[in-house]
Amino acid sequence: MLLTNFLMLSSILFCIGVYGVLARRNAVMVLMSIELILNAVNINLVAFGTIHGSISGHVFALFIIAVAAAEVGVGLAMVLLIYRNRSSIDLDDVDLLKG
Amino acid sequence: MIAAGLSNLGVLAQIAEFTPLDTPEVQWAALLPLLILAGGGVVLLTVSSLVKAMAAPGVNAAATVLVGLASIIACVPVWQRVQDPERGPFTAVGGVIGIDGFSILATGLIAASVILAALLLDDYLRREDIDGVEMYALLLLSASGGVIMASANDLIVMFLGLEALSIAIYVMAAMHRRRIESQEAGFKYFIVGAFSSAFFLYGIAMVYGATGSTNLVEIATFLANNLLLRNGVLMLGMALLLVGFGFKVSAVPFQGWTPDVYQGAPTPVTAFMASAVKVAAFAGLIRVFYLALGTYSLDWKPAIYALAVLSMIIGATFAVVQTDVKRMMAYSSISHAGFVLVAVQAGTEKGVTAAIFYLTSYVFMVAGSFGVISLVGRRGDAAHSLDDYRGLSRSRPGLALAFTVFLLAQAGVPLTSGFVAKFNVIAAAVDARSFWLALIAMLASVIAAVLYLKIIVAMYLTGDDAEADDSVAGPKVSIPLPAAAAIGIAIVATLAIGVLPGYLFEVAGDAVPVLIALP
Repeated sequence: MLLTNFLMLSSILFCIGVYGVLARRNAVMVLMSIELILNAVNINLVAFGTIHGSISGHVFALFIIAVAAAEVGVGLAMVLLIYRNRSSIDLDDVDLLKG
Repeated sequence: MIAAGLSNLGVLAQIAEFTPLDTPEVQWAALLPLLILAGGGVVLLTVSSLVKAMAAPGVNAAATVLVGLASIIACVPVWQRVQDPERGPFTAVGGVIGIDGFSILATGLIAASVILAALLLDDYLRREDIDGVEMYALLLLSASGGVIMASANDLIVMFLGLEALSIAIYVMAAMHRRRIESQEAGFKYFIVGAFSSAFFLYGIAMVYGATGSTNLVEIATFLANNLLLRNGVLMLGMALLLVGFGFKVSAVPFQGWTPDVYQGAPTPVTAFMASAVKVAAFAGLIRVFYLALGTYSLDWKPAIYALAVLSMIIGATFAVVQTDVKRMMAYSSISHAGFVLVAVQAGTEKGVTAAIFYLTSYVFMVAGSFGVISLVGRRGDAAHSLDDYRGLSRSRPGLALAFTVFLLAQAGVPLTSGFVAKFNVIAAAVDARSFWLALIAMLASVIAAVLYLKIIVAMYLTGDDAEADDSVAGPKVSIPLPAAAAIGIAIVATLAIGVLPGYLFEVAGDAVPVLIALP
């Protein structure tokens, strides 16, 4: 098994995710991009865990899946709250705080 | 078929018989401060949804304060055990939680900021017609996350603590349902926080890949015993970890969210964010970089050097041009983060002691400052411009005097905690031969002093011939007892540390983190 292949895949996913967070203006798309980064991390952890023959990488990936679910739950609730007040989830409209 | 099933069962029974599950030793007594905070949050939430009497004003806040106090008291025996030279620091839960002076002091500080925030919240929530216990429960749960982060001895646990700390704070920041700025702040904090956690995780994955372990002790041992010929993965991991921590402690260039979030969030929540979150994030940073990656300090020191310089200068400069006091305090908190980074950059025991000292004094200074700001903000939490402070010395001389003490402490005037804290940081930097950094730190504190004087001037001097003018009578601020108590505690701590710094210095010296391997 070639570790490099997995690292390449995960770094490509990571870059797509970072691009999505920085460039996308739709809040839900940004949340999805963050999920993409987290899954890139999961690929890394599982690949390293297999190479090292240690269980902690796999366990960590499970933890990340659980925490990401909790996080996205809170995130979507906030998107909903913003949508109710503004009828828009465009991040450019979220601009009351400046100075 | 049945026979095969039976023989399978037999094998299973054999396995169950011969390999008992190896459960780690938990050390419940040492985890008590943490368990009180987490359990207190859950119990508070349950009890107040069932018992009607808990809805009476002030009961939830009082319960939260009691939980915080209990946690601090529970810290005392653990501290004594750790400082006992015969017993010393130890690990809990199979080596993933490190109990040393550092984690216990951080626990105490986080519990203290819970108490201060709860005292401020009591009046705030009533003033803004937000009822319910959620805020207090989230406060306690978030604090327990911070404690986990500060005492983590394993990167997995540190990540879990970070998330428990952050997710609760996202909700708290957005808790003011009728104030659209509050939701905006919560949402911005959420996006930036989740983004930075993702960087942090990628960094952990890289460090794990390079060293083969997520345990801080094993990482440190591996790096001390092995010379990595191609350490690109480790370097990338360290850089990404630093980015993740940089976002959490709001160091420049990762500070973009801080002013918006501090301004938009309910002010007592801002007080908690500025105190507890900073303590937890810096505790994590010191544990990972000073302890686990200590052998590679030549590689991370320049990066922290750059972050420190940028944070101090940019934080102080941007603060001066603001007109909103909450935003000013946000930028000044960025500048303070720069000072702590100066101490961390030294990478010595003296530097870490100075960082601990700085964080301890900073908790009380900043919680007190935001306490005053919360009161002056009045109903609607909107009166935060510099004009709203004009004439405060006339309408509320006590409050103006308290704010003056906090601002002078932040500026680093002698006889306040800020002076000793800044002095220690600069001494540590000089000790580590970072002379330019020490000079920049002094320059930055001069720039920041302009900002604090600007607020003090606004409070005390109201312009030309103000005495005869009724329009500058100053804001009519009401001062409820709990908030006054919080501000009082913060003032006493700030002045006490400033006048008698020796005691805290000793404690900070005892609280330098150590690597604790499993016995």
